[in-house]
Amino acid sequence: MIKIDNLHKQYGDNQVLKGISISINSGEVVSIIGPSGSGKSTFLRCLNLLETPTAGSISIDGEVITDSHADINKLRQDVGMVFQHFNLFPHKTVLQNVTLSLELLKKMTPQQAQEIAIPLLQKVGLADKANVYPSSLSGGQKQRVAIARALAMQPKIMLFDEATSALDPEMVGDVLDVIKSLAHSGMTMVVVTHEMGFAKEVSDRVIFMDGGHIVEQGTPEQVFDHTSQPRTQAFLSKVLR
Amino acid sequence: MDAIYTSLFEPIGADGMIGILLILNGLKVTLIVTFFAMILGALLGIIITYCKTSGKWYLKLPADIYVGIIRGTPVVIQLVILYFVILASFDIDKVTAAIIAFGINSGAYISEIIRSGIQAVDKGQMEAARSLGLSHNQSMRHIILPQAIKNILPALGNEFIMLLKETAVIGFIGGVDLMRAGEIIRSRTFEDMVPLFTCALIYLILTYSFTLILGRFEKRLKQSD
Repeated sequence: MIKIDNLHKQYGDNQVLKGISISINSGEVVSIIGPSGSGKSTFLRCLNLLETPTAGSISIDGEVITDSHADINKLRQDVGMVFQHFNLFPHKTVLQNVTLSLELLKKMTPQQAQEIAIPLLQKVGLADKANVYPSSLSGGQKQRVAIARALAMQPKIMLFDEATSALDPEMVGDVLDVIKSLAHSGMTMVVVTHEMGFAKEVSDRVIFMDGGHIVEQGTPEQVFDHTSQPRTQAFLSKVLR
Repeated sequence: MDAIYTSLFEPIGADGMIGILLILNGLKVTLIVTFFAMILGALLGIIITYCKTSGKWYLKLPADIYVGIIRGTPVVIQLVILYFVILASFDIDKVTAAIIAFGINSGAYISEIIRSGIQAVDKGQMEAARSLGLSHNQSMRHIILPQAIKNILPALGNEFIMLLKETAVIGFIGGVDLMRAGEIIRSRTFEDMVPLFTCALIYLILTYSFTLILGRFEKRLKQSD
């Protein structure tokens, strides 16, 4: 479904991605782990072109999105993204955050958009907050709204960029539950995370990145329990203490 | 008391106008120039900001040069050059010339106000909007600008106050604004204190009451957060 070939990204002299090549299948849940600065977030952001790759290609369902003629806005409608810092629109209500893209891009009436948005808010457990502004929500609630917002366009792929890193510990569980149920529903997902337990539990495949390379990839058991790579071992021994 | 009477309520000079009328007419000119220069400045500011953020060098370069020149030279010189050099061959009245000069001047500052107001919006907002599939223009219009306006409006109020005070140099091209009216009275009655203090007091009342209004307005903007 997603095919990434020899992806490079560099800022000035700083090479962040040094040739990433992987394929991700439809319905697959892929977790990317690795130390800070390993390029995992940059890699994720390349998948919806929030970062423009310096070299290499990405194709989704056979369409080469890194092509200069590709319709980026159309592509992004099929790729939902959830950010570390939620990035909800503070001047819009929870409901409006979710309906915005439906009204603007799918040209739905407010009623039609609501019919899609309310069930999504119910799914993340926040239908009762539909008419409040994001500033009155807790971090965990904000992130669940952000997930509902990303799901509104019915994307084929969901990207999670350290979705729980900015949350208070007691909020993490609720958000992870939502992401888990999404994973079980068959959504194709790429998840950058520091939650090793979560990565182990929901992923079909775990990718360990370091220094702009994919060091290792495999099933959670292979990577977490039977890794042969010294760099993976060193990283895991630090985070799994 | 005599000084007040001589400067404000006695016929002054050949035209026989009394001082207070001279000052009120001057005040009218000051307000008209400030108001319309502000509108012109806002329009120019929007255009300049658009040019600067367009990412096209042939729009950005002239905009950068414009802002650089305007911010790097005194407004008095700009006013005098515009009236006596650039508009010399046009039959244009002094008030209009002043509006154009101060509008062009203000445009440079307002473009910076708008630009910094937009930049103050968290960049995650643009990314979130784009990640949903909104175009750059849609994101600007529905997400960035509504938030930026809260940063921009208070700063625009300050610019208005600055502009009001800066128009006191209209006398350099012979326009009779509030300041110049005071000067005329001073030179014809040989009373210095009363006309100068009267002018200063009027400026102070104007800027202070505007600051008060602005303060209330800002409070209301904050409440809507």
